[in-house]
Amino acid sequence: MGIKIELGRRYRFAASHRLHTDRLSEEENARIFGKCANPYGHGHNYVLEISVSGEIDPATGMIANLADLDSFVQREVIEVFDCRSLNEDVAAFRKTVPTTENLCIEIFERLKGFPKGKLERVRVQETTNNSFEYAGK
Amino acid sequence: MVLITRKIEFSASHLYHNPALSPEENRRVFGKCNNPHGHGHNYTLEVTVAGEPDPVTGMVLDLKELKDILEREVMHRMDHRFLNYEVAELKGQIPTCENIARVIWELLDPKITQGKLHRVRLYESADLFADCYRNGATC
Repeated sequence: MGIKIELGRRYRFAASHRLHTDRLSEEENARIFGKCANPYGHGHNYVLEISVSGEIDPATGMIANLADLDSFVQREVIEVFDCRSLNEDVAAFRKTVPTTENLCIEIFERLKGFPKGKLERVRVQETTNNSFEYAGK
Repeated sequence: MVLITRKIEFSASHLYHNPALSPEENRRVFGKCNNPHGHGHNYTLEVTVAGEPDPVTGMVLDLKELKDILEREVMHRMDHRFLNYEVAELKGQIPTCENIARVIWELLDPKITQGKLHRVRLYESADLFADCYRNGATC
């Protein structure tokens, strides 16, 4: 029985969001989302942790070159989300509530095409007390 | 099943260099990590063991025993060492986080006889780490 090895990497981005859906009344939005439904939104310092598995290349000792992984995540996630309003600036959240559950799914979908390793899971920490994980369907 | 985790920290130096590649290729692939005199990190190692608590002691394994195993197998070998030159198990390999974690797994797995080694997580920095699991195990 062999060993499975994963490379883990953390990234940070800051973004604002508002938890609110047009499918509910204002009263229901306020009841379900509380302060998170405040009309002008609020922000978080998100920490994204991703895990990529694969064979270690004997020539480099690496599952994936960090420079390749970092530039992929930078392009697919950080540039899209950092210092943005998730509701206003990210197409996926025009109709979907930008909870961190949905953010995990969106990030997984954006990163699963990484060509040099298999994306195992993403974990997003919204605050030091809340974190969410998604490993695909 | 219960998981228990013990953490240790060690400091070591390393460099990334593959003699089969040209100096230019080494530089391109490994960047600053190819600097010839090496550089160091404070590594944090988390070792997780899975098992059922013993009905008499209430323990999966005695943490003191795990501490001794980590001291003997990891600290003694790697702490304040130059990983490329002083750790026999890494000879001929690039001492990346992935390879060091794999070597640590291979050192620890046969020594842990109470419970079963579940995960080895090695942090090179707060933002970079490698995880080892047994193939087929659920994370």
